[in-house]
Amino acid sequence: MDRRTFLKSSAALAAVGTVAMPYVARAQASGPIKIGVMAPLTGVVAAGGREMVDGFNMYWEERGFQSGGRKVEIVVEDDASNPDTALQKARRLVEQANVDMLFGNLLANTGLAVANYVKGNGMPYFIPIIAADDLTQRNRIKNVIRVAGYTASQFPRPLADWCLKQGYRKVATISQDYTFGHEQCGGFCQTFTEGGGQVLGQFWHPLNTSDFSPYLGQLANLGADVIFCMETGADAARLMQQYASFGLKGQIPLVGAMNVTDQSVIRTMGDEVEGVVVAAHFAEGSDNPRTKEFVAAYGKKFSKLPSLYGFSMYSGAMWIDEALKPLNGATADRAAFLASVMKTDLVNSPLGTTVKLDAFGNPIYDVSIRKVVKNADGKYWNVPIATYPQVSQFWKSPLAFPFAGRLAGIEPRRPAS
Amino acid sequence: MASPAPNPAPDSTALPARDTGMSRLAMGAIALGALAFAVLPLILPTYQVSILTEVLIFAVLAMAVDILAGYTGRTPLCHGAIFGVSTYVVVYWTSQMGGSPYVGVGLGIAAATFVAAIFALLAIRTSGVYFLLLTLALGMIVWGVCLRWTSVTGGENGLRGAVRPAALADGFSFYYAVFAAVAVVAFVMWRFVRSPFGLTLRGIRDSESRMRSLGYNVPAHLFLAFTISGFFAGIAGALYAMFNDFVSPSTVGLSQSVEGLLMAITGGIGTLFGAFIGSFAIIGLENLVSLYTERWQSVLGAMFVLIMIFAPEGILGRIRSFVAQRRR
Amino acid sequence: MNSLNAFQLLNGLTFAALLFIVASGFTLIFGLLRIVNLAHGALYLLGGYAGYAAASASGNFFLGILAAMAVVAATGLVLDQGLLRFVRGYELRQVLLTLGVAFILNDMTLVIFGGDTYTVPAPEFLRGAVRFAGMFYPKYRLFVLALGILIFIALWLLLNKTRLGALIRAGVDDPEMIEAMGINIRRIFLLTFMLGAALAGLGGAVGGAFLTLYPSADAEILVFSLAVVIIGGRGSLVGAAVGALIVGLLNTVGQVMFPEFAYFVIFGPMAAILAFRPLGLFGKAA
Repeated sequence: MDRRTFLKSSAALAAVGTVAMPYVARAQASGPIKIGVMAPLTGVVAAGGREMVDGFNMYWEERGFQSGGRKVEIVVEDDASNPDTALQKARRLVEQANVDMLFGNLLANTGLAVANYVKGNGMPYFIPIIAADDLTQRNRIKNVIRVAGYTASQFPRPLADWCLKQGYRKVATISQDYTFGHEQCGGFCQTFTEGGGQVLGQFWHPLNTSDFSPYLGQLANLGADVIFCMETGADAARLMQQYASFGLKGQIPLVGAMNVTDQSVIRTMGDEVEGVVVAAHFAEGSDNPRTKEFVAAYGKKFSKLPSLYGFSMYSGAMWIDEALKPLNGATADRAAFLASVMKTDLVNSPLGTTVKLDAFGNPIYDVSIRKVVKNADGKYWNVPIATYPQVSQFWKSPLAFPFAGRLAGIEPRRPAS
Repeated sequence: MASPAPNPAPDSTALPARDTGMSRLAMGAIALGALAFAVLPLILPTYQVSILTEVLIFAVLAMAVDILAGYTGRTPLCHGAIFGVSTYVVVYWTSQMGGSPYVGVGLGIAAATFVAAIFALLAIRTSGVYFLLLTLALGMIVWGVCLRWTSVTGGENGLRGAVRPAALADGFSFYYAVFAAVAVVAFVMWRFVRSPFGLTLRGIRDSESRMRSLGYNVPAHLFLAFTISGFFAGIAGALYAMFNDFVSPSTVGLSQSVEGLLMAITGGIGTLFGAFIGSFAIIGLENLVSLYTERWQSVLGAMFVLIMIFAPEGILGRIRSFVAQRRR
Repeated sequence: MNSLNAFQLLNGLTFAALLFIVASGFTLIFGLLRIVNLAHGALYLLGGYAGYAAASASGNFFLGILAAMAVVAATGLVLDQGLLRFVRGYELRQVLLTLGVAFILNDMTLVIFGGDTYTVPAPEFLRGAVRFAGMFYPKYRLFVLALGILIFIALWLLLNKTRLGALIRAGVDDPEMIEAMGINIRRIFLLTFMLGAALAGLGGAVGGAFLTLYPSADAEILVFSLAVVIIGGRGSLVGAAVGALIVGLLNTVGQVMFPEFAYFVIFGPMAAILAFRPLGLFGKAA
């Protein structure tokens, strides 16, 4: 219960507007570095939010809450999976708790709302989970950096390439009907069709679709070689479960966006998840020694396999820690701080490989094609079966800016700056 | 209407409402409240000023709910949707069409009024829980459209932009702009509920059949009351668009309608200005509670339960009946 | 194309069967006690989690179902005797109170189950698909369809062929009359409330096996149940069945043919029905 001490001591009464509090200048170099973390601790994606906070705290506990010689203080706020709440909490962290930087959020709509807010005031905002393409492409905001995160369309492209290499030529897709779905599915379809593949049909369904049977009925009859799905959370669980119960599993191979087989989805599931293939930067079943070490430490602490959320926030914290070291923990000069983050290479992360940021603040990864298999403990996890080195958010042609979108939709444009 | 309770209240379908007689005491309290809202920002830090701005905006929403729930005897669960339609239109107009924010506010309020008029046509034939359920369903349609009509509403991600005019960019001047607007709106609403039209609505609330036999056109009155209430909710929604520079489906969601109704109830149904107390209490409590725990949902739920059992007349209603008893 | 249509029709029917199970409990409570129980969705979710926990622990799906019904019926007992008794006779206060209870129940299930997505483990013999009329169809869904029909028959017999049913029906039409006959109507109310809650719990355990359980599942099922009861009419078993069929089929049609307006396809007709027949298709004025 130490994470809210600051707010409790100085501002509890002020929150209801009864006590005046003089404006406190931004934290002095002598005081602690204050990091405001926002995560959905209630609402639809509460489980992921909990793991975000766990992963973030785990890193700082390992480092004794120290960075660049300064103490690190973490203030956690619940964004309730709701953009209005996220915006309010961001205001509170910036204007009342006087944090030095904002971190987190899970759902794209919460992240976009906060990004719109920090655009106006220059507060550094790090988004290891928010994958909306625009934030590091067309509508880039200089103080928003995707440390240890990824762009929605980044990983489906190598997956499409891998599918073509398996001899799949005809794909049908099913995706959540919102930007994150459009971008991932768009990235896949663009690369797939450029490589000579054919998209037979695309289905878009609303978030939290309880019943996939209407779509599965249509998917089954298209005659596709492979089905690509882009689902998150409960939708992912339902799709895979219903895919199996309709007898499609084993008939048509299922590939998908990385969030489909994230641990947060598959850890409560059974054999219906086996064999699903996705592409990602992180695979908890990798035999890289650094990954093994992290997975073991995480398992010891929380008695479960790490999800994307725990991994990303842990690595994001490491990135900031590394960037603060050469500055001796000075965050007051935001431009210098942001520049240091952009220059920092992530070396020792659970990935076990070196990760750099591109000029737009998005990391370049060695991407694994990973498959769900049962491990020695009888748990399902993701194991790499192929690797695509140095994949940026722009796939193979950094100059062409092949922006993803709905296939027939968005025109490529040059970025604003 | 048959009721299973041993001693059914005379009007079991409505929440208990307090009628407004404006005493000198009440005048004094209002002046004091207004003074507090005028002075507080001078001494509060910026975050608290933004909270206070939100309190004022939601007080207007709660007053709009109160016009129907307290003065007309029809408890709605769709005002969040009407409010949010206005927010959507304002943000769309300024961010997607590049239009002027002032025109956007006008369009937003007009859109909200229009939606309210349509809802009114469908809903005024019902009363009691059926009215509640029908308005809930109508609100869900708005939410569904905002969620799925991605090309216009931005779907789940919503719309972002810089809605606020440059003159009101900082939170401090924006607060006073909202304060002025809300003061005018509150005054207009106060005059409205005390006008002959407002008194007729109260007559309908107390006995629809009596008013009908007296020759009043009850459906027309209900229609107008609903539409006017929607107009005020639209004003709140437009202010909210400027406050947040952002809108998403959660702004038109059921929880927004519930929150608006809860604020009106907490303050006191049929007290109009109780909305300020309700809005202040709910938003203040939410901010205070979330410092200590993530269990805001439970706290809100418990508050709902306790108010319904112990103080359905709300805070201001409670004070009023207390004062009335002392006088006797 | 013909088999595709039959397939979609079956999907609509199986979803309608689940909706009927949940909404029949809702409509019983609404009809007899005049309570619009907005915590019904939360009870569904609670039943699902209870069913998951019991079924996983015991390895028996049907034990899970029984546990879900028992837990939720007990919760209904507490809700009715502990809270609703204080606001009897005030319709709107009851509605809003149950809304508050829904908030609390949701938050508590989140605390206990942590927001992960759970699937109630279906028994081995109901897994997989059967082949008939030239198509594959999941066995479990056919089981849900059969269960829905079974529940309909059981409830129909209960209401029409037993003394308790006669009392419930009479209570829906005229509670004072029953009271005047010297019958303890409170006990009948309480039994009905627990029965309605148990049906929500049953729905949760059954639905949790193919629609999965997650935070906010309660709000979705509640909205569907509301639509069913509003269309069918308060307190009418046949109304709930017809309403469930309409909503289940409209849901499938909406998703397949008008994906952009899926919600409109369900709630548009519902609003129209309520505006022109405020008491629903089978509703009777009290």
